[in-house]
Parts: sequence; C-alpha cells; structure tokens
Amino acid sequence: MSVTYLEAIREAQTKLLRDDERVFIYGQDIGGKFGGAFKATKGLAEKFPGRVLNTPISEDAMVGTAIGAALEGMRPIVEMQFADFSSVALNQILNNAGTHYYRTNVPVPITVRLPSGGTKGSGPFHSQSMEGLYSHYPGLIVVTPATVEDAYTMLIDAVAIDDPVIYCEHKYLYYHLKADALPKDKLPIGKARIVRPGRDLTIVSYSAMVHEALAVANELSKEGFEVEVVDLRTVKPLDTGTVLASVARTGRLLCVGEAFPWGGVTAEVVSRVTTEGFHLLDAAPARVNAKDTPIPYHPNLWSAHRPNAKTITAKARQVLAE
Amino acid sequence: MLQTAARKGKRPTGKASAGKSKKVAHERYVEAFRWMLLARILEDKLASLYRGGMITGGVYLGRGQEAVSAACGMFLQKGDVFAPLIRDQAGRSAFGEPLLDVVRTYLGSRQGPMRGRDGNIHRGRPRENQLAMISHLGAMIPVITGKLLAKRMKGEKNFVGLTTIGEGGMQTGATHEGLNIAAVEQVPLVVVVTNNHFAYSTPNEREFACAHLVDRAKGYGYEGHTVDGTDLNACLEVIETAVKRARAGRPPQLVVATTLRLAGHGEHDDASYVPPEMKNEPFAQDPVPRTEKFILEQNLLDAAAITKMRAEIAKEVDEAVATAQQEDAPAGNEEDWSALSTRDLKDEFP
Repeated sequence: MSVTYLEAIREAQTKLLRDDERVFIYGQDIGGKFGGAFKATKGLAEKFPGRVLNTPISEDAMVGTAIGAALEGMRPIVEMQFADFSSVALNQILNNAGTHYYRTNVPVPITVRLPSGGTKGSGPFHSQSMEGLYSHYPGLIVVTPATVEDAYTMLIDAVAIDDPVIYCEHKYLYYHLKADALPKDKLPIGKARIVRPGRDLTIVSYSAMVHEALAVANELSKEGFEVEVVDLRTVKPLDTGTVLASVARTGRLLCVGEAFPWGGVTAEVVSRVTTEGFHLLDAAPARVNAKDTPIPYHPNLWSAHRPNAKTITAKARQVLAE
Repeated sequence: MLQTAARKGKRPTGKASAGKSKKVAHERYVEAFRWMLLARILEDKLASLYRGGMITGGVYLGRGQEAVSAACGMFLQKGDVFAPLIRDQAGRSAFGEPLLDVVRTYLGSRQGPMRGRDGNIHRGRPRENQLAMISHLGAMIPVITGKLLAKRMKGEKNFVGLTTIGEGGMQTGATHEGLNIAAVEQVPLVVVVTNNHFAYSTPNEREFACAHLVDRAKGYGYEGHTVDGTDLNACLEVIETAVKRARAGRPPQLVVATTLRLAGHGEHDDASYVPPEMKNEPFAQDPVPRTEKFILEQNLLDAAAITKMRAEIAKEVDEAVATAQQEDAPAGNEEDWSALSTRDLKDEFP
C-alpha cells in the first residue's frame, strides 16, 4: 500500500472533517461527486454532507466568507482551484485575514490551500508559486510541504492554528510523490528539516525544489562533494536557526526556489544568512530561481524557465569552486 | 415607498406597522430620533476635536444619513450581526456600540477596542457581532455572509445580519462577488445601500449607468426596496420589513436609500464640488431637523423635552471625551509587535 501526496491531502481533510465539527471546505467544483479539479476532495462531499461546499467563481468572496465563518468559531479550509487565482482574493487574504488579529485582538483561523507550482503545459496562469508574496505581508503563516508526510501533518496542524495559514501544495508532487503509509510522527510547522546531511555546501529549498536539490546532491556526491539539503517546510516563519547551523557546518549556501527571482523566499534566506552569519561563509551565497518572465506554456520553454537539476548543479559547482 | 422587485414565490406579508399600536410606533420613532441626535452631537464634537488638532488621521461623518443608519441598528437583536461602514454612527450606537469605543478610537487611547492599531470608523467588536470594517469597499459583505453561514451550520435560528454600503461601494468587484455569494448561500442578510450622491467627489453619473441601483436586486436574486433616506418613518418601516423578511427566511434584502451627504467625504474635504442647486433637492433634506419637526408637530415630545435630550447627550459625549483624553496613548516601545496570536510562530527579524 502506498499514499500519494494528493491522497495525503485528501486523507488529512477526511480526518479533519471527521474529528472536528468546526471544519468545512469551501471551494470551486469540490462538492457533489466531482471532488475538485485535482480530486483533493473526492468522496468528501458525500461522506460529510453540507460540509464540502461548491462556491461560485468568486475567490475574493470565498475567502471573505471563510473569514466570517472563522470569526463565528468555524475552521474553514478554502480550496483555491489554482494558486494563481488567489490573486483575485489578495484583498481578503492580506487586508482582512492578515490584519484582523493585530487590529481587533480576534484571530482568524482559516486555511487557504493553494495548488502551486509548475507542471508541463500549464502556462502563465496555472503554474505560479505565490509563497513569497504572502510571506511579505504580516499576519499570515505560509507552509510549503515537500513530502507526503508533511502534506498530511502540516495540513492538520494548519487547521489547528488560530491564525490564517497559506498552505502551498505542489501540483507536480500530487501524483509523483508516494510514501509507504501516512506518518505517525511529525515535525511541527515552523521547523525546517535537514533531509540530507553534508559538509561542503548547504542547499536550502522547499516544496518541489527539495527533490531537485536532492537529485543535485546525489549527482555531486559522485564527484566527492557532500551537499547538505535543508527543506524549509515553512517559509514564514523562517527557521533561520536550522539554516545558520547548516551553513556553520558547510560554509557555503545555495538557495533554490521555483518562484520569480525578485525578492522572495530565496532572497530572504540569503539576506538572513549574510546579515546574521556572514562570518560562517567561505564563499558568496547564491540563488537559483525561475526566470523573470511569465511562466511559459511550451514544455521546452517551461523546463528552461524553472530551476532544474542542470541549472542548480551549475550554480552549485560555482559556489563550491569559489 | 416600498417597492418589491418582481420575484417568484410568496407574496410580501402585510404592512410593516400594521397592527402595531400607535404608542409603540411613537416610542420607536422617538428612540430612533435619540440615536440620530446622539450621532449628530457626537460627530459635531469629533469634527470640532479634529479642527482643534486633537484627532490624528481622518474624521468621517454620517451627516445626512442618520435616519437610515439609526433604522439599520434598531431592528437587530442579540445574536444578530452588524457590519457597518463609514457613515453609520447612529446605527452603531443603536446596535450597542459604547460611546467610549468611538472616542477612544478617534483619540487613540490604548484602552479602546483598536488600541491605537487602527483608527476612526474601522473600529469593531467582532466577538460581539459588530464587525470591524476594512477600507476596501465590499469586503465586509462576504465576511458577514460567512458569519451567517456559520451560525446556520451551528444550528442557530432566528438570526439576521445587516450590512451597509454606499452607492460608491456598490461598484467594486468585491461587492459583486459578496452580494452574489450571499444569495447563493441564501443567508438571512439585509444590505442597506445609501446613495448619498457622491463617491468622495465623483457624482452618480460617473459611478453607474443603470436607471436605479435597486434594479440590481432582481439580478442578484434579492428582494429590493427603495426609501427616502431623509424620512425616518419611511426608513423605519422599510428596514424593519427587510429585517423581518430576512429573519423569516426570505431571500436576502437590498434596500436603497437616497440622501445627500451633508459633509465632505471626511472632515478634510470641503465638498465644494457639490452643485449648489442639488442642495435644494428633496433628498438633500437634513433628516435631524426634519425628524425633530415631525416630533414637535405630532406632540411626541415637547420642545423642552428635546432640549433636555440634547443636553443629556452632550453631557454623555463630553464625559466620554474627557475620559478618553485622560487615557494613555499607545507607546512604540511597549507595543506587542505581533500580527499572530500564535506567538511561537512569530517570525523573528533581529
């Protein structure tokens, strides 16, 4: 028996709906027998009548409604059909959910699921990674699970948190990633994980790029380089301590993210390491991100737009050679 | 002035005040007048504090909208939800907002509900069902919808929500999404739109092109009503009917009131763009003296009683201001700089 990343998300939601009557799911095409564009809610509407609700194509109102329900004591999960469409809901997420606790002392326990990241042929409007944008604003927790186990436990933990959580699930991992079973243990939200130990270079990554980083680490190990890979898991708050401890061991830092290159998570990591751990560095830190254009449709262009094992390896070699 | 948009289903039930004793109607009218007068006296005080440099940031008045606003607050009961907007002092007070909440927020007291973190009309008490508006218009419509949806999920009964907006706010995308989702969810919601003829300085003809905003009721699946926002009797009757209908499980209700904003957008604005001839229109009447005149004509109160009422309110307002002025302002070095209630997930920026 095995569990995919997508099944883990579905199982987490099943458990949440079963164990907590405050939980309901709100999103497009998730009700009835359809189960959502990616089937993350397949079967749930039938199993939990009245708690897995189809909405009109109104991202802003979906989140606004969830905020109101959360203020009334519920624990809504909003499913965006694609992360890209959450830009329509930016106002509710950033200005309402993100400011509410600070302004009124009343927290807003909503979880917004964002099917994120690129897949072949998805183009400019079905491929985006928006974690950096959400992290920039105060009042939100932003998680980016890279494994089946994290997809499961971090969604359950997200719903338990009293503050708004942006849960970035990677569409490429939905079917590609499998685990033997659902996890029994967990690492809490807010803690990074060292997924591969090493002594020569730290690659900090998150979400699907963790797997690219691991492939690069395996490749470079054939040449005698031991690369340490850190999976951030949560991009806000950032576990700076785990990253600094890793850089203290390796003296070199490369950050890899799938989002656009201006600012963002990788820039934040480099900024923190250089300001708080400059003395730990033996070489200038580096970043690999997507290109500064919209995400192209054609597979040839798309695979060159995003970071890939080749571009990450090339950058890693540069840092190692310095 | 009740107009119900054509809609299949049950016929509207009876007249609002049918069967109601004259005495009750009179008491209600006088009560509403008191909320209007409170709003007027309080807001005049706020304007004077602003001019005296005692208030930082904006001051936004509901002058001209007191009748419709008071009616919005008066028919809500315990367990109901109110999402007021910028010009709703009368309704907020009628709903139960303490005077001290208002002056503490405007004067920046750390003891106010917003503790200096947000100002003026953004105040609210979400735990007491008075939602705290954000400046982005239309954003509170889905939020109040979510409150009502959750109440239904929890098995509560006999509750209603009321939110207000202007004709300016009616033109945002958020309003469209919000009005629609409330109707899709069939929550017991009343949306009261006050067309005060200006979105800041922009007149109606650059705001919308439909014949009347109430025509949208049909398009969204609401029951629509129009009302003269300067006529307290009409406001009470129409809004009471709308609240009753929503509470009884009829579709969401859209009330469109017509007034003129008798102030600037905020106190920084002299509203010199309002054409002088518009001030002679029937909708430009000041509802406070109009209501007072009616009360005197009908002998609901005599002039001495109204003078006494004014003096009592002025005293309450002055006392609240004096209290708030003695309270400490928030201090940057003592502030709890966390936007999260989950303290162990606060990001650290050394």
